[in-house]
Amino acid sequence: MKVRVKRGAAYEQFEVPRHPSQTVLDVVIYIQRVLDPSLAYRYACRVGMCGSCAMMVNDVPRWTCRTHVDRVAKDDSLTIGPLRNLPVIRDLVVDMREFFDKWARAKGDFRGRQTKEDDFAPVPPSSEPRQLADAGIECIGCGVCYAACDVVKWNPDYLGPAALNRAWTLVNDVRDAGRLERLRAVSGDAGCHACHSHVSCTERCPKKLSPTGSIAGLKRAVAKAVVQGDL
Amino acid sequence: MSYRTQAALWVAQRASAAVLAVFVVVHLFTIIYAVRGGLTGAEILERTRGSVGWFAFYSLFVLAVTIHVPIGLRSVCLEWLRWRGPSRDFVLILFAAILAWTGMQAVLSIYI
Repeated sequence: MKVRVKRGAAYEQFEVPRHPSQTVLDVVIYIQRVLDPSLAYRYACRVGMCGSCAMMVNDVPRWTCRTHVDRVAKDDSLTIGPLRNLPVIRDLVVDMREFFDKWARAKGDFRGRQTKEDDFAPVPPSSEPRQLADAGIECIGCGVCYAACDVVKWNPDYLGPAALNRAWTLVNDVRDAGRLERLRAVSGDAGCHACHSHVSCTERCPKKLSPTGSIAGLKRAVAKAVVQGDL
Repeated sequence: MSYRTQAALWVAQRASAAVLAVFVVVHLFTIIYAVRGGLTGAEILERTRGSVGWFAFYSLFVLAVTIHVPIGLRSVCLEWLRWRGPSRDFVLILFAAILAWTGMQAVLSIYI
């Protein structure tokens, strides 16, 4: 199999043997261990839990550990590159700082209002806010949605699908005390209102989450707060 | 521009879009009716001149366009031209004024 790997501005081609059930991560590991030890890339768990091995595979962002070569190889060839929309450190390794800084900018941290003296807050699993929060809670921050998003490409200030999805889970957390501050943080030209609902994030999310739905929820919550004069 | 203003602009654009969705359909059916019915320009003007209903309809149409288009162009300027800030907003306010002025000129010309 011919594998083109993006290294800096150019692509380098490698010849990699095919195996049954071979993943794209297997291919990258083979290149680094057998063909060129200088190839830089990231991975940790190999089983779709850590989210660190995300790369562009044939121009589509994917977890390489959970992508079988059989599914994506075209004419017995593959093209692998670093995640889109993030600065490249080297070869297939991107700098994720901006991605996670945007989680902080979207107020993606829980703000409690109770102390250790208070009892547990009962949140019925069947309640609507809990179910809305559950719908987005499984995000592991792999950056696939961010790389898939055209709005991030056009507007680098845009917070992106993952940060907004995180904000939406907290907006629906009945224990959280930072709702209005968070709605302010996700409003406007860099926030949820910049989303064009292309749905690329939802299409590509390996966890099958719907950041598009979360962003739509934020738009409704912000609009309601604006109309009611709360914001 | 404050986050509240930006959020309010988004609400205004969605609200004006909802208005335009109805008005554009009515406008298109009016055009089709007028053309297929073989109405002349004079016959159309005969119906619109002095008609408060048509005047109100097209005035609201112009208002919705004046709100909707410049807000949409804000995003186009940002995403396609990387143009943001007060200079962009000033030009778009000017553009909104031109839309309102030329639109109302057209509406008045079929009313008076």
